[in-house]
Amino acid sequence: MTNLRYEKTMLKENNLIPHLFRTEYSKITAVLSRLFGFEHIEIAEDIASDTFLLAAETWGMKGIPDNPVAWLYTVAKNRAKDYLKHHHIFIEKVSPGLQQNSAEGYEINIDLSERNITDSQLQMMFAICNPLIPAEAQIGLSLRILCGFGIGEIADAFLSNKETINKRLFRAKEKLRAEKVKLEFPSPNEIDRRLETVLTTLYLLFNEGYYSVSQNTTLRQDLCLEAMRLTFLLVENKNTAKPAVKALLALMCFHASRFDARTGPEGELILYDDQDPSLWNQELMQQGRYYLNLAAEGKTLSKYHIEAAIACEHTVKEDTSEKWETILQLYNQLLFIEYSPIAALNRTYALAKADGKEIAIIEAEKLKLGNNHLYYSLLGYLYTGVDDGKAMGYLKNALKFAKSEADKMAIRRNLEKLADNT
Amino acid sequence: MKEFLMIFRNVPPTGDAVPTPEQLKEISKPWQDWLGGIAAQGKLANLGNRLSFIGATLKADTVTDGPYAEIKEIILGYSVLKTETLEEAIELAKGCPVLALGGNVEVRYIAPMNA
Repeated sequence: MTNLRYEKTMLKENNLIPHLFRTEYSKITAVLSRLFGFEHIEIAEDIASDTFLLAAETWGMKGIPDNPVAWLYTVAKNRAKDYLKHHHIFIEKVSPGLQQNSAEGYEINIDLSERNITDSQLQMMFAICNPLIPAEAQIGLSLRILCGFGIGEIADAFLSNKETINKRLFRAKEKLRAEKVKLEFPSPNEIDRRLETVLTTLYLLFNEGYYSVSQNTTLRQDLCLEAMRLTFLLVENKNTAKPAVKALLALMCFHASRFDARTGPEGELILYDDQDPSLWNQELMQQGRYYLNLAAEGKTLSKYHIEAAIACEHTVKEDTSEKWETILQLYNQLLFIEYSPIAALNRTYALAKADGKEIAIIEAEKLKLGNNHLYYSLLGYLYTGVDDGKAMGYLKNALKFAKSEADKMAIRRNLEKLADNT
Repeated sequence: MKEFLMIFRNVPPTGDAVPTPEQLKEISKPWQDWLGGIAAQGKLANLGNRLSFIGATLKADTVTDGPYAEIKEIILGYSVLKTETLEEAIELAKGCPVLALGGNVEVRYIAPMNA
C-alpha cells in the first residue's frame, strides 16, 4: 500500500510543504487531540496549523532541514508545551487527563511515535465517524482532520464554498463536543457496530472521489487514496481487522486499479466497456484479490464482500455469459442485503449482458428511477440496436439530467456513436 | 408501505435424485432473477426462506413425519413484499417461477401488531 501514487511522485521543493501538510497535519492533530481530549480539538488543529506556518517561513529563508518530518514534530511538541505553560488553568481544571502527566511542573511527554500516531488516528476515526452527525459532516471532518485536506479542497470536492464547509465542520465539532465524544477505542463488544459507521464513511469518502462531480481529477484520486489509507490502518490493527474491513479494502483496490483507464485526455469519463485493459493497474488488482481472500474468513457476508466480488469479476475484460451470469447473481445478492438505485441499475445492465436486452428492457422499465441521468443512460444503452429512435430520446434525456462535465461528455459521445450508426 | 407475505406451494418432487450443482443453478436462477427484479424496484421487504423437506406436523395427539402427511401440496418457501396495495403485490407475485411448474402463490397482507 505504501507504493501508492502520491508516495511515488518525486517531490519538488515547492511541493514539499503541501505534501507534508497532507500527510503530517492529521497525525499531529490526532496525537495532540488525544492528549488534550477531543473537546479541545481546535487547540490541536491550531497548533498543527501554526507548525506549518512556521515551517513555511523558516524553510523559505533557511532552506529545508535534513529531516523535515522530525523538524515538524519538534516544533509541534514545543508549541504544545508552550501552550500548556501559558494555560495553567487549562491543565489544572479543564484537562484532567493531563494532570498526572504534569505533576512535575509542565514536563509533558508528547508521543509522536508511529504507534501512537496510528492509535490516535484510529481513535479519531471512531470519534468522527459517529451517527450523531450527518454523513456529509463525517466525510468533511474526516477529510479535514484525518486527511489534512484544505477547506478549499473540501469545498471543491463537494461543489460547495468554503463558508458552507466551515460552518458544516464547526457545527459537527460542536455537536460531538456537546455529546462528550471521547478519543478511545470502542470496547470489543461494541466494535462491530461502531466499525459499521466507520466503514460507511470510508466507503462514501472513496465514492466521493470515484464518482464525484468535481472536475479536478487529481483531487478526486487523492480522496480515493486517502480513503484507502484509512481503511488500510483498520486492516493493520488487530482489533479492527474484521472481514468486512478487508472486503472494503479489496473493493477499493479493484476500483482504484482502473483510475488511469477511466479518464480520457480531456478529463471525460471512459466507461468500463470502452476502457483499455492494458491501463488497468495489475498491482492493485493483485492487492484486491489478496484482501478479498483474507476477507473470506468467518461467516459474515457484508455488502462490501459482494461488491468486491463484483469488482473482481470485472478485472477480466472478456465478455463471457458465465462472467455476466455470476455478476448478475451477485447483484441480486447485493440487492437482497440492501436496496440502492445504483445496484438496481447495475443489476439491470448485468441482466442485459447475461440474458439479453429484451428481458432487461422489461425490468428496466419497472425501475422508475425518473430524472436520473444514469437511468436514462441505461435505457439508452438497452434500446440501442433494439429501437434506436427510443435510444436517442433516452440519451438526450440523460444529457439533460447529467450534472458533471465528465458524464455529459460520455453521454455526448454515445449520442454521436448512435447517430453514426443510424 | 404495506407488507405482504408470499407463500409458495407446490406438490413435492417425486424420486430422491440429488440434483447436481449445475441443476441446482438452473433451478435457482429463475427464483434469484425474479426476486432480484423485485428487490431492484425496492419492493422486497424480506428475502424470506426456502423450506426443506425435513420436519414434522404436530396435532394434539400425534406427530407425523414430514410436513405433508395429508396434503398434496407443501410450502416451499416464503418472501415478504413491500408495496402500497394488494393489487401491486399480486402483480409482482405473478412472476413467481412456481406458477410455471403448476404450483401457486398465496399473497397475504401482514397485519401490523398493535404494540
